Amino acid sequence: MPAIEIRDLRKSFGRLEVLRGIDLSVETGEVVCVIGPSGSGKSTLLRCVNLLEEPSSGSVHVDGVEVTDPDCDIDAVRRRIGMVFQQFNLFGHLRVRDNLTIAQRRVLHRSRAEAERIATENLHRVGLAEKADAYPAQLSGGQQQRVAIARALAMDPRLMLFDEPTSALDPELVGEVLAVMRSLAAEGMTMLVVTHEMSFAREVASRVVFMDGGTVVESGPPEEVFGSPREARTREFLHRVLEPTRVSEAEIGAHASAPLAG
Amino acid sequence: MADPETLTTGAEARPAPVLSPPRRRLGRRQRQRFWRLAGYLVFAAVLLTVVAAADWGRLADSFFRPDVAGEMFPEAITVALRNTIVYTLLAFAFGLALGLVLALMRLSSIGPYRWFATGYIELFRGLPSLLVLFMVGYGVPLAFPDREIPGGVYGAVTVGLGATAAAYMAETIRAGIQAVPKGQLEAARTLGMSHPRAMVSIVLPQAFRIVIPPLTNEIILLTKDTSLAYVLGVTATTIELTKFAGDALNTQVNPTPLVVAGLLYLAITLPLSQLVRWLERRSAKER
Repeated sequence: MPAIEIRDLRKSFGRLEVLRGIDLSVETGEVVCVIGPSGSGKSTLLRCVNLLEEPSSGSVHVDGVEVTDPDCDIDAVRRRIGMVFQQFNLFGHLRVRDNLTIAQRRVLHRSRAEAERIATENLHRVGLAEKADAYPAQLSGGQQQRVAIARALAMDPRLMLFDEPTSALDPELVGEVLAVMRSLAAEGMTMLVVTHEMSFAREVASRVVFMDGGTVVESGPPEEVFGSPREARTREFLHRVLEPTRVSEAEIGAHASAPLAG
Repeated sequence: MADPETLTTGAEARPAPVLSPPRRRLGRRQRQRFWRLAGYLVFAAVLLTVVAAADWGRLADSFFRPDVAGEMFPEAITVALRNTIVYTLLAFAFGLALGLVLALMRLSSIGPYRWFATGYIELFRGLPSLLVLFMVGYGVPLAFPDREIPGGVYGAVTVGLGATAAAYMAETIRAGIQAVPKGQLEAARTLGMSHPRAMVSIVLPQAFRIVIPPLTNEIILLTKDTSLAYVLGVTATTIELTKFAGDALNTQVNPTPLVVAGLLYLAITLPLSQLVRWLERRSAKER
């Protein structure tokens, strides 16, 4: 049974169709990276998995439970799905330790002692045990994102969703977050990652999915998608992302030779 | 009145002084200094005139008679100031509780809740506090003689002033809730919290942090509004500062009690407005 099974998923915001029939399944233990230009529907797809967005049609199963079923207890399903956001979304009024314990205590009804033990364990996992008493605002972006990962892990999730986890970070802070994610992948965590970090996708993903215009254009092992992409759209995107300085004026419709006052 | 058209043509006719720099007798800094000095001088002149013209003996006799002021104590503090504070706190507590409920109703996904809250807020923001107080103190008891608001004058002031304050605080709290980034609620829901649980544990604590300064302002406004309580026919034990000072004014035939009451109000409101300022500075630093 796949960890995530998405069938003919469609999502519209008003008249704008963001997802136009997505089929995707993620097996337990797989790391699937979703890449693609902005506006291609990657984040919406991810947010449909735990129903932060309500799909317009189609079905999503997580661990065999249909989350798109109106009678599904979504809070129960979400407990098993960790999610990491672009903007970290740490609870600003709580110390790091309480960020990790509040849902354990209020949702899983763990005792304070147990919740704190698990919190400390997971802060160790992301290398921030010494920051337990800090407030989120006192941490760097990279540290905040690592705490956010630890917060999700403290709930013992069956799978993790990452929504552009490094896009809001200063370049020098990206590495520490990717390192944590890499070690998670090595431990066998099932991960669905929307990312712009191509080297991470190439290195860590068991499968890469390229999305454009609300559809899956191409998917396969990273060496195939990056090494010999079948689709022209994939090639064009990778060219622009991997070699941004090589993009010519002609490709973007600029005319360097044209007179300035045209 | 100069005709604007002649002004423009006049300006156009003059050769533009582009090349020769304009010559002025004073430099920019000197001119600044001159006007600043002029400002001080005008202020000092007005002040001196007022001081010289004032009849100081008469002023002291009217507004600062120690014997008249002395007559007011200790009741001014033990009864009047105490009641003013009690009325304020009761009305604030009532208004805060009702305001929170109204704010949540306004943000509810259930239409009738939103409509009711919007109607309530518009109604009570549009009515004078005095009218509401009359309604609670006399209107409602007339309509329902067999029932009464518990607590006598205390109850009536609590409801009468609190009902209006609730409308203002509801809007403040709603703005505070909406100022909490949407991602906070999403993160909480993602961790498996129900919507109510996420509101109580995550959103409201942060919203209240944001609205503490405006809510403190609301206490200041309420403190002053408690002076309206006299229309409910307060007695010797339920009297508040303004009525107390007014009574003393009548018996002593001297306005000193008004000054004393004013100072006592300031003793409450000045520290509070300092507190607001401090809270605002602190929250500005956090961001």
